[in-house]
Amino acid sequence: MVKWTDAERAAITSLWGKIDVGEIGPQALARLLIVYPWTQRHFASFGNLSTNAAILGNPKVAQHGKTVMGGLENAVKNMDDIKNTYTKLSVMHSEKLHVDPDNFRVLAEVISVCVAAKFGPSVFTADVQEAWQKFLAVVVSALGKQYH
Amino acid sequence: MLSKREKKLIAEIWEKLTPVAEDIGSDALLRMFASFPGTKTYFSHLDISARSTHLLSHGKKIVLAIAEGAKDISQLTVTLAPLQTLHAYQLRIDPSNFKLFSHCMLVTLACHMGDDFTPVAHAAMDKYLSAFAAVLAEKYR
Repeated sequence: MVKWTDAERAAITSLWGKIDVGEIGPQALARLLIVYPWTQRHFASFGNLSTNAAILGNPKVAQHGKTVMGGLENAVKNMDDIKNTYTKLSVMHSEKLHVDPDNFRVLAEVISVCVAAKFGPSVFTADVQEAWQKFLAVVVSALGKQYH
Repeated sequence: MLSKREKKLIAEIWEKLTPVAEDIGSDALLRMFASFPGTKTYFSHLDISARSTHLLSHGKKIVLAIAEGAKDISQLTVTLAPLQTLHAYQLRIDPSNFKLFSHCMLVTLACHMGDDFTPVAHAAMDKYLSAFAAVLAEKYR
């Protein structure tokens, strides 16, 4: 089981409270597709991803970004049992979607960059970043747990 | 691969950041030490607490080297030759740590630049820092 300090719990819930899933989610997914273009392999059905402008304006990207980011809500609500919370999602990503679990780590990094850009250094301090990244690392690990 | 436009963008960004090299560099280092405590093992001989003289001067050194490389990215191997030797034979920092520092530098830049750290700038910067790290590690073996 993951041990969270009181400071880490507070930092994560406070930051989550400030995050607009409908704003950060689409940004993060679009950035993933722009900064790491090979990730587009999983989104062939999303239509036009041929230019940065296309990606940034793509409604399917936006919707999916919101869905993915919203999925973190379950982790924030179940911080002491993230592994089990994501069992079904992990199985789905492995067996149905065939996503390389390293992509979860990469998306987590991109999410952190988006959050940093949105909130700046006074909110996203080094300690808040540490707690947030630890939280995302647990989610990433849980999503990769059911791969065999 | 970095396009001509990306190289120009990178050079512009680092030129603007050179006057605040100390702040950017020390912030990135501090974030790396907080998030990845294993990286502190390379600095046991320095005081790396927030705003310490060592942290500020070391952060400045790193940013100035990154900024220097950005002036002519096609010449990275030439520009970084002395630093390659330093890292390979003296410092011997495990190159996996360059990735950790690069990530924290991206976060610092995002914090500092906000909306100006556009997806295009992010992509270009990530590519540049990866290239920089790869060149730095070239003499390791």
